[in-house]
Amino acid sequence: MERVALVREAVKRLLDSGQVEGVLALRTVGPGSAPHLFHPGDSLDDLTLWPKYPLPKILDMLLAADPSVRLGMVARGCEERGLIEMAKRNQVDMNRIRLVYLACTAEERDECCCSWPYPSQIDVGDKVEGTADALVAEHERLSLAERTEFWKRQFARCIKCYGCRTVCPQCFCETCVLEDNLWVEAGVLAPPFPSYHLIRAYHTIGKCVGCMECENACPADIPLTVLYTLLRRDAEEMFGYVPGRSLEDLPPLAVETLWQTGH
Amino acid sequence: MEYRNVLTTCIYCGVGCGLYLQVLDGQVVGTWPAKGHPLNDGRLCVKGWYAHSFIHHPERLTTPLIRDQKGGPLRQASWEEALDRVAQRLMAIRETHGPDAIAFMASAKCTNEENYLLQKLARSIIGTHNVDHCARL
Ligand code: SF4
Ligand code: SF4
Repeated sequence: MERVALVREAVKRLLDSGQVEGVLALRTVGPGSAPHLFHPGDSLDDLTLWPKYPLPKILDMLLAADPSVRLGMVARGCEERGLIEMAKRNQVDMNRIRLVYLACTAEERDECCCSWPYPSQIDVGDKVEGTADALVAEHERLSLAERTEFWKRQFARCIKCYGCRTVCPQCFCETCVLEDNLWVEAGVLAPPFPSYHLIRAYHTIGKCVGCMECENACPADIPLTVLYTLLRRDAEEMFGYVPGRSLEDLPPLAVETLWQTGH
Repeated sequence: MEYRNVLTTCIYCGVGCGLYLQVLDGQVVGTWPAKGHPLNDGRLCVKGWYAHSFIHHPERLTTPLIRDQKGGPLRQASWEEALDRVAQRLMAIRETHGPDAIAFMASAKCTNEENYLLQKLARSIIGTHNVDHCARL
């Protein structure tokens, strides 16, 4: 059976089980897709899988809108990991969520240059191995001065749309320092180098799961996730922390982790 | 709980990026850039990202407002009354000061057809070439 048909079946089973009020997934709209909450009894014929949207961010909003609601979601690897990081920071309650676990295809993996294109368990799809982002390796061959030059050129093209921040499921602060005049002067383009982008980069440490939503939303085509991938690797080397790997691991900036790793 | 996305076009400039309005229980709560859209393919500028924010804004005007005398207070009015008032005043100004005392401002937020109609009104009903565009204000 086709992959999307299997997802529809799994979603139907979850809806019929009575465990959830609805299942968040994607729905066909013209040639594209849009997030949609499917209810028991709804036709699932237009449920689709691609292009993906930041579903964890939407699920967070829906769960907050009604504190008693339980919801399902079709989750790819990055989306499951995103929810795990959000749960650790009290953004979502995993007890109110049921997931339909979806593994990405090789094409989807390649589109995201994804190093981890499958969830912790798989309901639909076949596991394909991750791939490394060639840009990251290229970047590592640059000297420090060349790197600075590279990012200066990249960040100079930023139109300060805040899309990278707004789309990111791991950006949930009620007030964002990127809107604070002290660090980022209002009404000035491009944003100050390097504070705007490095503040955001530092804030992804221990949270960024590499879902690629920020980079895909960037009108200036800035390879933001190259930075975040390198920071993720540093956090793993220094603290043994991998975002989204498990609900139990404490984030690297939690006091206990700092203590245990001798930092 | 109802949550869905409605495909529409950004109203802020003439580019016409595709975006979804997120609707949660009848309230518009957010925007997503439409991925795969031929113009913006999943990207927006900062205005587009907040294209939803005026929809339920408490200060949003929902009816025309009329001032009965100079300096007087504004009061709510029907579209019919407001349009009658505009038509009367335009004709009176045209009579007293001539058609070039009047200018028309077209808008990037309207369709080509609506802008066409506006210049038609200016040129053939009022009789002026004073037609300009909000993007130059
Ligand atoms: S890839 Fe971008 S959008 Fe996704 S979690 Fe990381 S910073 Fe956020
Ligand atoms: S998405 Fe790109 S252009 Fe927009 S603020 Fe982020 S880096 Fe700048």
